[in-house]
Amino acid sequence: MPANASVHPQGSADAPVIDVRGLCKSYDEREVVRGIDLQVSRGEVFAFLGPNGAGKTTTVEILEGYRPRSGGEVSVLGLDPVDANHDWRSRIGLVLQSCTMPPELTVHELVEAYAGYYPHPRGVAETIDLVGLAGQEDARTTQLSGGQLRRLDVGLALIGDPELVFLDEPTTGFDPSARHHAWEVIANLRSLGKTIFLTTHYMDEAQALADRVAVIAAGRIVAEGTPQTLGGRDRALSDVSFTLPAGTGIAELPDQLVAIAELRDGRVHIAAAEPARMLYALTGWALARRDDLGDLTVARPSLEDVYLKLTEDQ
Amino acid sequence: MTGAALFAHQFRIDLLRFWRNPQSRYFTVLLPIVFLVIFAAIFKGTTVVEGKTIKLTTFYVPGIMTMGIISATYVNLTVSVVTQRERGELKRLRGTPLPARVVISSRAGVGVVVALVMSALMLLIGDVAYGVAIPSAMVALLLAIVVGATAFACLAFAVSTQIRATDAAAPVTNLSVLPLYFISGVFVPNTQIPTFLRDIAEVFPIYHLAKALREPFIASHGAAIAGTDLLVLGAWGIGALLFAARMFRWSPSEGV
Repeated sequence: MPANASVHPQGSADAPVIDVRGLCKSYDEREVVRGIDLQVSRGEVFAFLGPNGAGKTTTVEILEGYRPRSGGEVSVLGLDPVDANHDWRSRIGLVLQSCTMPPELTVHELVEAYAGYYPHPRGVAETIDLVGLAGQEDARTTQLSGGQLRRLDVGLALIGDPELVFLDEPTTGFDPSARHHAWEVIANLRSLGKTIFLTTHYMDEAQALADRVAVIAAGRIVAEGTPQTLGGRDRALSDVSFTLPAGTGIAELPDQLVAIAELRDGRVHIAAAEPARMLYALTGWALARRDDLGDLTVARPSLEDVYLKLTEDQ
Repeated sequence: MTGAALFAHQFRIDLLRFWRNPQSRYFTVLLPIVFLVIFAAIFKGTTVVEGKTIKLTTFYVPGIMTMGIISATYVNLTVSVVTQRERGELKRLRGTPLPARVVISSRAGVGVVVALVMSALMLLIGDVAYGVAIPSAMVALLLAIVVGATAFACLAFAVSTQIRATDAAAPVTNLSVLPLYFISGVFVPNTQIPTFLRDIAEVFPIYHLAKALREPFIASHGAAIAGTDLLVLGAWGIGALLFAARMFRWSPSEGV
């Protein structure tokens, strides 16, 4: 087979790397995935979010070729994953949700072993360096920390120089510094032009890494967008809140605020469509009364707020 | 890479892992040697096997060789396949372009090679320490070792599909072979075993492997190939392989 035929068999860089239409999966009578549509373009970092039991891992394993589906159309790198062949597998890198590394091998031996499975592998030393394990080449896998093992796992996913990388909850159980280190590795992958399909529980992870996010709940996609726009987050009202000065009633606020102000847990909350105008009125009123509103906050709904709202019915 | 090159690559890794694994080293390699030394030290004299009077050590060399071959293939492979499957290693390997037949044949190949090395060790110890002459019917002996090791490797893949937990792998495999060693002419000569127990033993492959390995040591002339016993071993192996091909799993048992 000519070398370039295995790199772009679709002939077009514009065709989606992952194209899913109406995907369904049932186990016996239980519907786990109920009609999902997804498209991921080349070079995109796509984050797939959802609570446990929402159908997230089932969907990923169908895309990876591990599970058959019950209905719908799936194309990954131009091939239906149920027809996975060696050529297709050589173009995909996987980090599974959990995998223990062989205790008998060193980091270098294991990465070299995996390199031998692929037709055009990356350099072994270079890949170990890319995932931040330089200096650990001769350590047995049993001597590595949890974070280092996961990075080794990422290294094994990259050794075949794949076009598409699946990362299933790659930082679960990490301490914050290990998590940030892993993010750097994933950001590196993006700069190498890889397409990345990431599942995660962590909203800050999706926020930091993803170009686009989809949320699955009870087997359906309930929202899709960029981390900035997910669930209408960019258009949502800002929450202006503060504690009323002592001896002041809520009715004493300026007229335009009284109508929309609510008292919750001892604080006044104002859902502001135009926060600048509201703040102008509020601060003018406070200055005139010589109050400084010391605990005044203006908050936008975080990705986490939006996510919790989207998945609360589960 | 070609199929042969991939096999060589994987075989090298699997052999390295076998050797670095303490459980393989001690249970598979060391234990049969210890058994041979102990049996030869405790039981002296002669015994009657298939109408011929032979030294007990001549009985124990092929007997413990049987145990060594089964440890190297059946016991070791079952434990390592279950362990690696439950740890998620096999699933991860399935996600690479490495063909399934290379994964399976490389594992089985390591078992057969270790069985050959174990057998050579038994021959050497028997010859040097106990004066048990290395048989001249080498073809028969090699045939029995390779057919037996391959059949027991197939049995390992079959049995591994029926064990869900890593902790259960070693006890289940050891329990399935230990009683049979006693009644199949491995630890105790057949003439001392009640007929009803020997009838049971004859159903299972251990009896036939022990007999096929013993044949080159006791036959006074001829090729010493135990044809019927090799056929029984082959049948067990093929049956196990067909069963394993239907039932083999790459993913851990937990979850859906």
